[in-house]
Amino acid sequence: MNRQKRRTGRRHPLATVALLALGLVFTGGAYAAFSTGTAQAEADSTSQQTIEEGKKLFQANCATCHGLSAEGTDDGPSLVGVGAAAVDFQVGTGRMPMQMQGPQAQQKPVQFTDEQVKQLAYYVASLGPGPDIPADHLTNGGGDAANGAELFRINCAMCHNVAGAGGALTEGKFAPALTDVSGVHIYEAMVTGPQNMPVFNDMNITPEDKRDIITYLKYVQDNRSPGGFELGSIGPVAEGLFIWIFGLGAIVAITVWITAKSN
Amino acid sequence: MAQDDTSGADLVAADSSHAAPAASPGTAVIAADAFENPGFPPHRPRVTDENPERQKRAQRTVYTLFYLSILGSIWSIAAYMLFPIESNDVGMVRLNNMFFGLGAALALLAIGFGVVHWGKAVMTDVELVDERHPIGGSPETQAAAVQVFQDSDRESGFTRRTAIRNSLIGALLVFPIPALVLFRGFAPQDQLPVPLLSHTMWKKGTRLALDPSGVPIRAADVTIGSAFHVIPEGLQDLEHGKLEEKAKAAVLLMRLNPDELNEREDRKDWSYDGIVAYSKICTHVGCPVALYEQHTHHLLCPCHQSQFDVANHCEVIFGPAARALPQLPIAIDDEGYLVAQSDFTEPVGPSFWERH
Repeated sequence: MNRQKRRTGRRHPLATVALLALGLVFTGGAYAAFSTGTAQAEADSTSQQTIEEGKKLFQANCATCHGLSAEGTDDGPSLVGVGAAAVDFQVGTGRMPMQMQGPQAQQKPVQFTDEQVKQLAYYVASLGPGPDIPADHLTNGGGDAANGAELFRINCAMCHNVAGAGGALTEGKFAPALTDVSGVHIYEAMVTGPQNMPVFNDMNITPEDKRDIITYLKYVQDNRSPGGFELGSIGPVAEGLFIWIFGLGAIVAITVWITAKSN
Repeated sequence: MAQDDTSGADLVAADSSHAAPAASPGTAVIAADAFENPGFPPHRPRVTDENPERQKRAQRTVYTLFYLSILGSIWSIAAYMLFPIESNDVGMVRLNNMFFGLGAALALLAIGFGVVHWGKAVMTDVELVDERHPIGGSPETQAAAVQVFQDSDRESGFTRRTAIRNSLIGALLVFPIPALVLFRGFAPQDQLPVPLLSHTMWKKGTRLALDPSGVPIRAADVTIGSAFHVIPEGLQDLEHGKLEEKAKAAVLLMRLNPDELNEREDRKDWSYDGIVAYSKICTHVGCPVALYEQHTHHLLCPCHQSQFDVANHCEVIFGPAARALPQLPIAIDDEGYLVAQSDFTEPVGPSFWERH
């Protein structure tokens, strides 16, 4: 009786077949869920195919300045060890490939699809260890905006303006506005220090603090100035100019009207 | 004084003829060469003078503006109640301010515009001349004024009783000195300001710590291209004067490629493997200099655009700053943390009386 029962359980001749079928269904289902859930699942950092694709893209688009194996030339630095985050920032915001040599790489429409950006990033990451593209929970703005605001004022506001409106630097360089930059790109910029921006590594500003800074910037992006017209948030010079031109202009116009002869 | 009372009496109607002014004694202008007074341009009647319809309309406009002003005032009161500031909602403050302000602006502007329009379009429109009065008084008035001074001098003895006069002058001269003492009160009362300005919280062995957390920094944490905003360890625990100390002791810590760092011979041991620490207080007027460019190694002061070259011991390369930023000599301790070798070797920040 007992033996009979066991034969109907896991010792059943069909159990192996059932187990195989179940395993196949789960694997296929998980694969389907994965590939539909994220389009970037194919650009896997460990996949040799991704790196190969990235290498082809690199040699076609970047090698002129950075060298055929990213070793750097007179026109561009070596990219060994800059990490996936640097490539994802520079290419993902359209700064690279660079339009022209100048004080600073200008932002322009992004040249590659998200997948191609990732392939390039993982190719460069495969050349030497460097900061990786940050995880979603660090860049989605779910942190402490007050702490982020304090850190932003201490570390970032002198160049980027306390409201993230950007500002001028020396000799034609500038700190760009942060009003429509994605959390991932803000994080990558802090870790890698693109252009002349200093590096803010994880010992300086911890990943959680970086998340708070992104939270603050998201808060500023979502809650515009309560005082009304903000004139670009670029400070007292812009506001003074506005009142000198339009405020005084209105006063002059009213004065002219008062003293003009009625007809 | 008497002439002032005749202001209305010498108003001359526009069409009255003007005689050429007679030459007054003491002037070189000969009457015949003087410009002839052209008088007024011909009187141009307004539309409202000629067309009673338009005048009525102008009147309507004026009183409509005044009624609008009343509406604006009432709206201000209503808006204050309709958009109350009850919670801590910034949006409600904005709405309240905006609608109250719109009402108040309408109330005042409508009165102003109404009065001006009334004066220009409806009131009598005749050009008039109000002749100037001579500025000087009559000889009798002038003599009387001089007499008043002489009498009061004689009666008070102001020029005769010199002791009284001089003591009064002395009292008046001393009177502003308390204001100067008040200015001195901006600096701490029980200490001399010069040593306060010359020394900061840094001393031998003080660890460099992160602003604002106060976590000490290891040399290994500072990667090339990094900029750390630094306070002395222990600043966070100060009970009093934390901001005063921070204002003097704030430091910017940067790591450059050691090959790119051009150091003075006597300061070779002030840095650690390309890590340099400089005062963040501009030597011009004391703004925080922290706009660091990691490739050009330029530090820009946002207030007056002074630029300092970090690779070249922070010398001034542009702008009004007079001196290089003071460098904080640093070293590492047994545990690998960055520490100060001493205080700054010169006062940080802008010039003051004893330091030029």
